[in-house]
Amino acid sequence: MTVLASVLTTNLAILVLAGFIGFVVISKVPNTLHTPLMSGTNAIHGIVLLGGLLLLGLAGLDGLSKALLVIAVAFGTINVVGGFLVTDRMLEMFKSKPKPKRDAGEEHGAGNDGGEGGTPS
Amino acid sequence: MNAPLATSFLQSQNFIYVLYIVAFALFIQGLRGLAGPTTAVRGNRIAAVGMAIAVIATLLNRNEGNWGLIALGVALGAAVGVPAARQVKMTAMPQMVALFNGVGGGAVALISWVEFRHYGSTYGGHSYRLVSIGAAPAVETSVHVGGVPAYVAIFSVFAAIIGSISFWGSNIAFGKLQEIIPGRPISFGAGQQVVNLVLLVLALAAGVDLIAGAHSQLLFIGMLVVAALLGNAVVFPIGGADMPVVISMLNAFTGLSAAATGVALNNPALIVAGMIVGASGSILTNLMAVAMNRSIPAIVAGGFGGTGAVAGAEGAGEHAGTVKSTSAADAAIQLAYASRVMIVPGYGMAVAQAQHAVRELTKELEKRGVEVGFAIHPVAGRMPGHMNVLLAEADVPYDQLEEMDEANQEFGRTDVSLVIGANDVTNPAAKNTPSSPIYGMPILEVSNSHSVIVIKRSMNPGFAGIENELYYEPETSMLFGDAKSAVSEITAELAQL
Repeated sequence: MTVLASVLTTNLAILVLAGFIGFVVISKVPNTLHTPLMSGTNAIHGIVLLGGLLLLGLAGLDGLSKALLVIAVAFGTINVVGGFLVTDRMLEMFKSKPKPKRDAGEEHGAGNDGGEGGTPS
Repeated sequence: MNAPLATSFLQSQNFIYVLYIVAFALFIQGLRGLAGPTTAVRGNRIAAVGMAIAVIATLLNRNEGNWGLIALGVALGAAVGVPAARQVKMTAMPQMVALFNGVGGGAVALISWVEFRHYGSTYGGHSYRLVSIGAAPAVETSVHVGGVPAYVAIFSVFAAIIGSISFWGSNIAFGKLQEIIPGRPISFGAGQQVVNLVLLVLALAAGVDLIAGAHSQLLFIGMLVVAALLGNAVVFPIGGADMPVVISMLNAFTGLSAAATGVALNNPALIVAGMIVGASGSILTNLMAVAMNRSIPAIVAGGFGGTGAVAGAEGAGEHAGTVKSTSAADAAIQLAYASRVMIVPGYGMAVAQAQHAVRELTKELEKRGVEVGFAIHPVAGRMPGHMNVLLAEADVPYDQLEEMDEANQEFGRTDVSLVIGANDVTNPAAKNTPSSPIYGMPILEVSNSHSVIVIKRSMNPGFAGIENELYYEPETSMLFGDAKSAVSEITAELAQL
């Protein structure tokens, strides 16, 4: 049991740290990108697909379990593939702007185009 | 045992674990990329690569020969997901995200169910055979020893409840946005919160019973059903401006349930990815709730629309008959002689697919030397940033889009504000009427501009069911009609001036 307890505590540590990373990474995203962000994170939680793949690999599944898992894998695939494709489509539209310069007052202007973004509005 | 050396190396749990670490590092890097418009496309692709690596790593695990079924599931998913993502119109993006979110939650619930079907008999601390289903080295050594530890049951049951709520809640949100289900709030009125609470308690009670060792398949299915009812009960009463908050919240829920599945299956990629989504979704949900000056518990408890409908009915009685309507030709003249025009887009623009028409109008105005800006409310449309996506699709330059605070400083020197299908986000009741359900929500103060033209299909109150006082103000004139055709008509009139 000590071995199992250490697996649990390690996983809990990963869980907590990942939560903090999520907060830190995401709090920097500007309003404008909230829809693609929601869509992108939406695609990432499609990772539950892995759960379906793992369980489908097991021996001794009965018919109902197999059917449920095939549906789960299909759902997960829709979530992942659809999510990333849709996000990509949305973001492509942001990319093809003729003038990437930004008005003042944008908290994210410090990126790689910060140099030319110095024009006051 | 008799497999070649290379294969056994590839299948070693340490190698798989390393791949998972690479995968979640890519997720984090990808999300960092999403922080800026210039790096976002790459960020999304980096995350997608991470996902591919995670899937490959998982397939390296020992598999007892269900490859055909795996291929079937993936093929089905791709057959549905790829065309849906390719063909969906930008205006229908919110419901698409809701749908993708829902199937993710559904996958979590189904996975938990299968887990229970196979390990449920060991919940409650009994010792039975344990099959390694994760990737951690520690579990590899403990194969065939002991029972499924209690925490696996706890996380699995948690995932099942949240996954089921998320699946049904998201599908209802999809139905409402797609207008399959009436968008107006549907609720039990005052009893709604009691119903929600009873359902929550029932689901939790069933969950605790299962964790404590009730080896009943029926009880587990019952728990899924109760959680499904709860998902319905929470989303049905929510209407209008609260919908983006709900989608965002359900997105966070699915993330958390994926993380819980990850703990139950001892899979680090699931834990990290799920938790990041849970954290980011929570932040986003909170940001939106703050932008509307509403608390998340108040939204979830329901009743936004209930009180809204009452206030709307009163407002209609009070104001009837004082609305001024205008024509496309008059609107064109007004716009042509303005020096500064502010366009306020809302969900109506999205529904009518009017963004390209709006872009044409903008070009026509600019040709005449009119300065044009767009005032974007953070929750305009049905998702945060919804308007930005649509206008970006129509090639409106990024620097013409002004966020709320910026825009509110501009209205004072704006000659004409053109409101295209925006309603609640311009409603002065949010500032002036303490009894209004949206009181306190920051709005775009369009009435500070010299005149206002509102393009709207009819005087029907919006999705949220709240009457808008703006329409009765003396400087406001209404142009009734579909946003796209109304805007095109104005553009045509402008060209003839």
